[in-house]
Amino acid sequence: MNFATKAALAVAILGLAACSNPDKYGSGATGPGGTLGPAGAGITQGGINDPNSPAYFSQTIGDMVHFSVDQSTLSDTARGILTQQASWLVSHPSYTAIIEGHADEQGTREYNLALGARRANAAQEFLVSQGVAGNRLRTVSYGKERPLAICSTEECYAKNRRAVTVISQSAAGS
Amino acid sequence: MMRFVLAMLVALFAGSFGALAQDQAPLHITITDGVIEPLPFAIAGFIPETPDATDVAAQLTQVVSSDLTGTGLFREIAKSAYIQNITNFDTPVNYSDWQAINAQALVVGSVAMSGGKVVVKFRLFDVFSGQQMGEGQQLAASPGSWRRLAHKVSDVIYSRITGEGPYFDSRVVFVSETGPKNARQKRLAVMDYDGANVTYLTDASTIVLAPRFSRDGTRVLYTTFETGFPRIKMLDVATASARLLPDVPGTMTFAPRFSPDGNKVVYSLEQNGNTDLWMMDIASGQTQRLTTSPSIETSPSFSPDGSRIVFESDRSGTQQLYIMSAGGGDATRISFGDGRYSTPVWSPRGDMIAFTKQNSGRFHIGVMRTDGSEERLLTSSFLDEGPTWSPNGRVIMFTRETPGAQGEAALYSVDISGRNLKKVPTPGPASDPAWSPLLP
Repeated sequence: MNFATKAALAVAILGLAACSNPDKYGSGATGPGGTLGPAGAGITQGGINDPNSPAYFSQTIGDMVHFSVDQSTLSDTARGILTQQASWLVSHPSYTAIIEGHADEQGTREYNLALGARRANAAQEFLVSQGVAGNRLRTVSYGKERPLAICSTEECYAKNRRAVTVISQSAAGS
Repeated sequence: MMRFVLAMLVALFAGSFGALAQDQAPLHITITDGVIEPLPFAIAGFIPETPDATDVAAQLTQVVSSDLTGTGLFREIAKSAYIQNITNFDTPVNYSDWQAINAQALVVGSVAMSGGKVVVKFRLFDVFSGQQMGEGQQLAASPGSWRRLAHKVSDVIYSRITGEGPYFDSRVVFVSETGPKNARQKRLAVMDYDGANVTYLTDASTIVLAPRFSRDGTRVLYTTFETGFPRIKMLDVATASARLLPDVPGTMTFAPRFSPDGNKVVYSLEQNGNTDLWMMDIASGQTQRLTTSPSIETSPSFSPDGSRIVFESDRSGTQQLYIMSAGGGDATRISFGDGRYSTPVWSPRGDMIAFTKQNSGRFHIGVMRTDGSEERLLTSSFLDEGPTWSPNGRVIMFTRETPGAQGEAALYSVDISGRNLKKVPTPGPASDPAWSPLLP
């Protein structure tokens, strides 16, 4: 396989991932400034005002909580968002979620993977404490590999230190 | 994929060209000296001995020159300054002609195509002592491996003059990067230490991180997101075939490194938000937990004798470096300066630990003794991380990333004295270098 073919294949795979899972790296990855871009809009069922829609979960409630530098403690704001996430998940049992932990670039790669895992776990534990069954949740860390904002100042770093609850309808669901 | 057929013949020449015993100390560079004036040298040849060797002779001369000058320890004298015109490998060296242009070392070599192989002969002369340094050597390899021949020649010259181990005939596995900062694509690649002969080992379909060579250079461990979660994969370099190491569902595994004997892997395993160090026996898949702390333990690296492991932990509140027995148990903290210390890597010589340090918003690559003493920072930038040692423990390669939306990663190298900081050529942005051992 020559390089051009490989490159085309890689683009195709990425495109596929973007379609099946618009929030792969947080909703902001689908468009600049955290708004839902065309790729996401194309597959979202129901609008942000439809309380049963995934868009309502990711946009209206908010699928993302943020953290202080090198910390994984949940702020009051984060707890508020996670409480609503939990309540939505409890009332929509056909959905499962993967919680992605992320770090800003001010750290070494492997430490940031571990730090992202701490953040994802903090969010997961809170959701479980609010009644979401643990077997509906999984965590993953991307460390500093998938920043949402790409400048190298605290304004961007604050956006990148996040845990994103990415929901999907489980195969066994409705 | 990379099949080197390097048949090496070491023939000895009776290199006695009437050595004029002069009152000169033998030629030698001590590379740990702080500031060094590069040693001037001349390459008279490599002279093509058969007509079909002309091109390879010129290329080989270029690579030897580039290896030596690339260390920052040597300076090549322009050929236009040469007085003696050496046209034959056996022409006696007229030392005064080389002394006159202040060439301290002289390389006389030849290249011939013989029996389908490139055959290189060379001698090294200490010009001011008026004698040959060591014996002449003859090396042969298939034409496709001529660069390795050149590196082998350079290694002999470098070692004879510095007294250090060789390192030019080595490879580097790294992560080749493309795409914007928020959608970076990463592929494993391997190249010669000087950036030549790049071969890609994976496609860009998933994130791959932090490859590391086995001590024999035949296998690479790395972290892949191909399952959607960080997992450790082991790749055979010759065939580029790879397999995931077994894991426990619901965990992340990353930061792998081979034991010196190549039979075990030490790595980080994350479960319920807590990251600890584990050891896996590759053949049986059997695992052993090495740390049981609620803090983050990661980036483990074996001592060359396999008896100890250096790693980073934030058990004190910030990332610091610790050493423990390879069997786990109590650990001794070795880093005590200001800032955070991470990614420790044990030198192949066993005497030093290279690390990343973050302090006051800057990143540094540094080295310290294994007891934490004699800490020395070698670099400083917006983001330097992930040192790897040259096979002789004298040079460190690492990742340097520039800030901002257009920020890109590149590979850099620096002497352990902090001298000769330079960018390593790669086809595009690159990160996470890991140096191979010296090739056989």
